[in-house]
Amino acid sequence: MYSLFMAKNPEHRDLFPGALEVMVLQSLRYKPMHGYALVKHIKQVSENLLQVEEGSLYPALQRMLREGWLESEPGTSAKGRPTRIYRLTEAGLRHLDREVVSFEKMFAGITRVLAIAGS
Amino acid sequence: MRLLHSLFGRRRRYDDLAISIAEHIAERTDEFVEGGMPRAQAEVAARREFGNVTLTQERSREAWQWPALESILADLKFAFRRLRKSPGFAVTVLLTLAIGIGANTTVFSVVNGVLLKPLPYPEPERLITLRLNAPGAPGLAEFRDELRMSPSMYLTFAAHNSVFQSVGVWQAGTASITGIAQPEQVDAALITDGILQTFNVPPVAGQWLTAADQDPHANGRVMLSYGYWQRRFGGDPGVVGRTISVDSQPRQIAGVMPRGFKILNYDFDLLIPAAFDPVKQMLGGFGYRGIARLRPGMTISQANADAARLLHVWMDSWTNGPKSDPHFYLKWQITPAFQPMKDAMVGSVANVVWVVMGTIGVVMLIVCTNVANLLLVRADARRQELQVRAALGAGRWRVARELLLESLTLGLLGGAAGMVVAWAGLRLLTTVGPSNLPRLSEISLDARSIVFTLMLSVLCGLLFGFIPVLRYVFSPQGVPLLGGARTSSASRERQRGRDVLVVAQVGMALVLLICAVLMIRTFQAMLNVDPGFSGPKSLQIMRLSIPETLVHDPVAVVRMQNSVLDKLAAIPGVSSVGFTASVPTSGAEPNWNGIYIEGNNDHAEDPSLRLFNYVSPGYFRTAGTKIVTGRDFEWADVYGFRPVGILSEGLARELWGSPRAAIGKHFTEWPSMPWHEVIGVVQDVRENGADQIVPATVYWPSVMHDIYGPGSFEARRSLFFALRTNRAGTQPLINELQQAVWSVNTNLPVAGITTMQDLYGDSMARTSFTLVMLAIAGAMALALGVLGIYGVISYAVSQRTREIGIRMALGAKKSELKWMFVRSALLLTAVGVAIGIAAAAAVTHLMKSLLFNISPLDPLTYITVPLALAAAAAFASYLPARRAAAIDPVEALRAE
Repeated sequence: MYSLFMAKNPEHRDLFPGALEVMVLQSLRYKPMHGYALVKHIKQVSENLLQVEEGSLYPALQRMLREGWLESEPGTSAKGRPTRIYRLTEAGLRHLDREVVSFEKMFAGITRVLAIAGS
Repeated sequence: MRLLHSLFGRRRRYDDLAISIAEHIAERTDEFVEGGMPRAQAEVAARREFGNVTLTQERSREAWQWPALESILADLKFAFRRLRKSPGFAVTVLLTLAIGIGANTTVFSVVNGVLLKPLPYPEPERLITLRLNAPGAPGLAEFRDELRMSPSMYLTFAAHNSVFQSVGVWQAGTASITGIAQPEQVDAALITDGILQTFNVPPVAGQWLTAADQDPHANGRVMLSYGYWQRRFGGDPGVVGRTISVDSQPRQIAGVMPRGFKILNYDFDLLIPAAFDPVKQMLGGFGYRGIARLRPGMTISQANADAARLLHVWMDSWTNGPKSDPHFYLKWQITPAFQPMKDAMVGSVANVVWVVMGTIGVVMLIVCTNVANLLLVRADARRQELQVRAALGAGRWRVARELLLESLTLGLLGGAAGMVVAWAGLRLLTTVGPSNLPRLSEISLDARSIVFTLMLSVLCGLLFGFIPVLRYVFSPQGVPLLGGARTSSASRERQRGRDVLVVAQVGMALVLLICAVLMIRTFQAMLNVDPGFSGPKSLQIMRLSIPETLVHDPVAVVRMQNSVLDKLAAIPGVSSVGFTASVPTSGAEPNWNGIYIEGNNDHAEDPSLRLFNYVSPGYFRTAGTKIVTGRDFEWADVYGFRPVGILSEGLARELWGSPRAAIGKHFTEWPSMPWHEVIGVVQDVRENGADQIVPATVYWPSVMHDIYGPGSFEARRSLFFALRTNRAGTQPLINELQQAVWSVNTNLPVAGITTMQDLYGDSMARTSFTLVMLAIAGAMALALGVLGIYGVISYAVSQRTREIGIRMALGAKKSELKWMFVRSALLLTAVGVAIGIAAAAAVTHLMKSLLFNISPLDPLTYITVPLALAAAAAFASYLPARRAAAIDPVEALRAE
């Protein structure tokens, strides 16, 4: 299992920098969510391959709010508790598109290198 | 913007974060409960899974913070808290700093306004004054430091130069305005074409004078100053085009110049066209000051070279009369020495201002050492705290930053208070400062002064902050933890830093005191000089001009002046009266020329230039100028056109060896005039001020045959009237003066009403101003120095209490103990004095030009000041020493 930053368990392997941001932004592009929902969403969508660390998620959310990629608004959780819902902004969408392109390039590169190594 | 936003929005962000996290944990808890876990256990599990909530919150908050700034803010808060806890220290330091920084800002504002700011004219860097030197003109230097320009010189320059965009000459004078209200004499500037173009300042109403106004055969128009326009016409714009009577001549008003416009330092009321008639001009008549605007790209040296060429053209084009040699002036070696206009305006005041700035700067250094001393004591008290922090792993820079932040805070707070002091100081300065200080009106607390204050505050904060930092944070051996206190007098090391500061203070204070005392001695020397007149307080002065357009005949002019004198003499309380063309230090444009001596061909060929004055019978008696030998003029001499004259004592000695030998000798101004007989010799008069050279002076009757020979007369039309009376300067007397003059002719304006005391005082203003500034600086330095010594000895006493106790227990005498401390203070003072004397010897050389009749190494000063300083130091150390001697040995040993 891969952990997105701040492994509590040393067996978990960290992804590269920026991965957490992209995961969060991509999830919020699907729909606005609150913090706990984000953790669950990423875990479910990745079929338990990716685990978001809470200790990394909240600082990352604040950084992204500061950068203007997200907005937060009061809302309620599925259980009816007050919480804050995060929503992707126009700037966040643009940033995500740029990041996805560069990720794809990087994956393509990694795939090619691995292909040679494997042959 | 974002920083502000983030600062204000932060509280909301933190709340949002807390809510999000709380909900996160609650939801996870619910999940565990749904999975069948008891709620209490579920809560713990959810928290454990989440991890450290506080840490997560802190790390999240960092997104909104600027960590370096936040920790500095925390230090700043701490510094403020510490200052509030020791108000005595804070007030002392802030007050010292406020006065020090305030004084510096004040003087800097003067430097800025007078020396640094560009002149208030467009493209001021191209403006120059046409200064001419004439090293070959003997005697000129006695009453003028330059040769002014003649009209013919101006006409030559204007027509043939290749360097000026515009050039003009001007002369300060007076004019009578009649027909508006009471007749009034105003300050006028006679200007040629080119003056207004050179300054290039547009009028606020109407238009400039033009070349057409310079036609000698027409009544050219005039321009008003803003002040005169407001004062006399209430700022009425309809005044343009109106006709006023100027010296009984109708002239139209062409326009009004804007507020604050002056011709160099001359604050005129009226601009009158000079209207030179080229046909009537000769070579001579050097009474005009020239200014010019250089063509773009031209330099002053190019202008000098061009003018040197034009001076030959001038001598080839004009003459001084049929039989004269036009190339006579080659002997004078007239040399153009054009100056940037600002230099000419500021003149010798630059010296004074820089000396004062330097002095105040030294006071600031003393202030800094004093504050550093206090901070050292304070840091000493915190030594253990700092050591413990260092032992616990605080970085050196972290501790240094805290100490520096405290001193910077002090510096900036002191600077802020200093601005208030400076504001008050400038108001004081502009009221008590010398009124003849050039550009006085341009002095203000502007952006540059504020930046200066800010920089000075920061610099001071760093300067006095670094001393304790170096001592306690970066000292090479480090101060041992828990050391000191019990090891009694081993604080020698700590004491040394403060000793060095005291020596520096004493040295600087000595320099300032010596400068101040030298100025006092200069002032005394000036007061001791016999100015050539007496009782200036009871000598009433007024000016009166009779224009040619009012009374044409020269003899009638003298009769009118004579009857004015008679009326003035009849005023109750007036003991004697007289008139003269020029009173000492009045600043009136002097008359001068060479004289021919009968039977002395040497002088006939190379006449030295002599100052001329024209006086009435009785003037010398009124002014208190002693007649050394011979007699005064009589009215019979005047009306009889007798060719007589009176010489100054210096001139009589120069020409004939003694005043007595001069009587009966003959001299004249022009070969075409009759020989004048010397009938008297009067004492020398300091025409240009007490500290100036006494010019060799010739006194003529006020009307006599002029250059055109017998039958043609010339009278002085603009005169100073002097009255000897105890009522001088009182309003009733001034009213009676006016009535007396108007009883002779209602069109005669009275102007320049003052007493000789005020006139002469103005001429000493520069010296007294420098004296006051240096005395203030010296007094501050002395007080701070004494305070410094007192502080150091007091501290030493408090540190050595145990040692003193032991000494006393072992039988030391009280007087010996006292002497021990006084001696250490005297030793420090002696070292400071030795350094100070060497520094003073170097520094006082720089102020030589401000001294009069006193050597910069005046022995009296160099002996008394160090002695006085030593006495002050002994006194300052005696107080704590007495306290040391009063220590009870038992108490001292029991302490700690």
